[in-house]
Amino acid sequence: MSAPYLEVAGLKAAYGDIQVLHGIDFSVDEGQIAVILGANGAGKTTTLRALCAMVSTEGSVQLAGEELSGRRTADIVRRGVAHVPQGRGTFPDLSVEENLMAGAYVRSDADVRSDMEQWFETFPVLGERRTQTAGSLSGGEQQMLAIARALMLRPSLLLLDEPSLGLAPMITRSLFEQLTSINATAGTTMLVVEQNASLALGVADVAYVLEAGEVALSGPADELAADDSVRRAYLGY
Amino acid sequence: MVLASVLGVFDISLDKLSNGELWLAQFFRGLSDGATYASVALALVMIYKSTGFINFAQGSLALLGVYLAYIFSVEQGLPVAVAVVCAMVASSAVAMFVERVFIRPFPPDHVLPLVIVTLGLLLIIDSAVGIVWGFRTRSLPSMFPSGAPIEWGIAQLTWRTIGNLGTVFAVVGLLYLLLSRTKIGLAFRAVSSNLESARLVGIRVGPTLGFGWALAASIGTLGGALVVPELLLEPSIMLRVLIFSLAAAALGGLDSLVGAVIGGLVVGLARNLLVTFLDLSELALATAVAVILVVLLVRPTGLFGSTRVERV
Repeated sequence: MSAPYLEVAGLKAAYGDIQVLHGIDFSVDEGQIAVILGANGAGKTTTLRALCAMVSTEGSVQLAGEELSGRRTADIVRRGVAHVPQGRGTFPDLSVEENLMAGAYVRSDADVRSDMEQWFETFPVLGERRTQTAGSLSGGEQQMLAIARALMLRPSLLLLDEPSLGLAPMITRSLFEQLTSINATAGTTMLVVEQNASLALGVADVAYVLEAGEVALSGPADELAADDSVRRAYLGY
Repeated sequence: MVLASVLGVFDISLDKLSNGELWLAQFFRGLSDGATYASVALALVMIYKSTGFINFAQGSLALLGVYLAYIFSVEQGLPVAVAVVCAMVASSAVAMFVERVFIRPFPPDHVLPLVIVTLGLLLIIDSAVGIVWGFRTRSLPSMFPSGAPIEWGIAQLTWRTIGNLGTVFAVVGLLYLLLSRTKIGLAFRAVSSNLESARLVGIRVGPTLGFGWALAASIGTLGGALVVPELLLEPSIMLRVLIFSLAAAALGGLDSLVGAVIGGLVVGLARNLLVTFLDLSELALATAVAVILVVLLVRPTGLFGSTRVERV
């Protein structure tokens, strides 16, 4: 069996004096979708931020066998890690097109334009609003823009922090369908933090449940979803 | 009767008011002053766009640049235009150094400490210039020829005014192209729009801000080189210009390049007309502060500033 694409070992993170992650281990194989579940304050968002060096960390993060910890955010992005932060992941003062151009900032190939057109086909509402500023889009449209912006990197690893936050259930479902189809066609490895446990387990291959900064539970997503006691204890549905 | 007494208080003479030549003369002088205010206001707008705060050290970096232009031209004998370009390059280098050493250690999203640091830099650089070059006044020649192609009695539109205006418009055009058509321009605007997302698309925030400082310093130096020939070069000169330029930038909207130019011209015209017709020469500086106050009260985003739209 080959080594996992993303391998995290003993990851600790703190905001000032407040320790949020107490040494967590997890891994994601190439092309998989992994989901991180857990209550508010369990450290889900911090885990994603730690992978991108957006918070001070200890421990090891390996991407395709290469150590990421100690590197700067800009260098991690150059290794193909795209991060859609919670809430506002866009540039509100820039137009929709400029947001996507910014997403491809580290790329220098000639396909940036055609990629942009491709995401306008995937998310037609963005294409209709290409010259509007991102700040004038609705919450759902901004979330789509933030995801399209991240995909403009042609990431090998896509980190999504609560993509369903503030979206109508129907839009959320179609968004997850888009994500699974992107995963299937481009083979993009994804790590998703999500409150909507049933939806996330439906699309994920593996799941990790965080509790107070530690991994409380892990396993194949369908097994976790099928286990009633696990569902009641950790997932709340 | 009332009118006469109001006119009396302000020492307004109807002779003056009905003097067309005087109006035109003050209009031309207003354009001339306005162009110089606009040129420094452009530097303020540039740094505001990149960092989201008013950089008080900007005027001092421009002051340093103008002194360098003086050294290169008057003392080393370079043609003025060449000296100014050299000084722009040199002041950019100083600005990058200052940004790297004094600004970058502070987190870019905490504005207040940064503003205090720039205030400190203003005092340090101004004093340093005073220590090195002394407080005696010098004169820096203009980049443009003397004389006036358009003359009508006492009203003169000089080559210098035309050159200053042309320079300001050229700078606005080039900055517009830089910001909207280049990758560094995109990075620059992305950083000012959303710092965290800028990091997450791989933009190196520090160097991008350093570039903004360098660009603003070189524009400030150019602006200073337009201003100083109208006045005399001494270490406190930019402080006075800065007040008018700040008024210009506030009026135009702190983040609008075109606004800075129009704001500069309006402030320049207003100043000259008020001083001439209301005889308010002692209050010239106060008019600038009044403009800032009125703008902040009535329309905080200025004439052309962008209102930040963000739907929730």
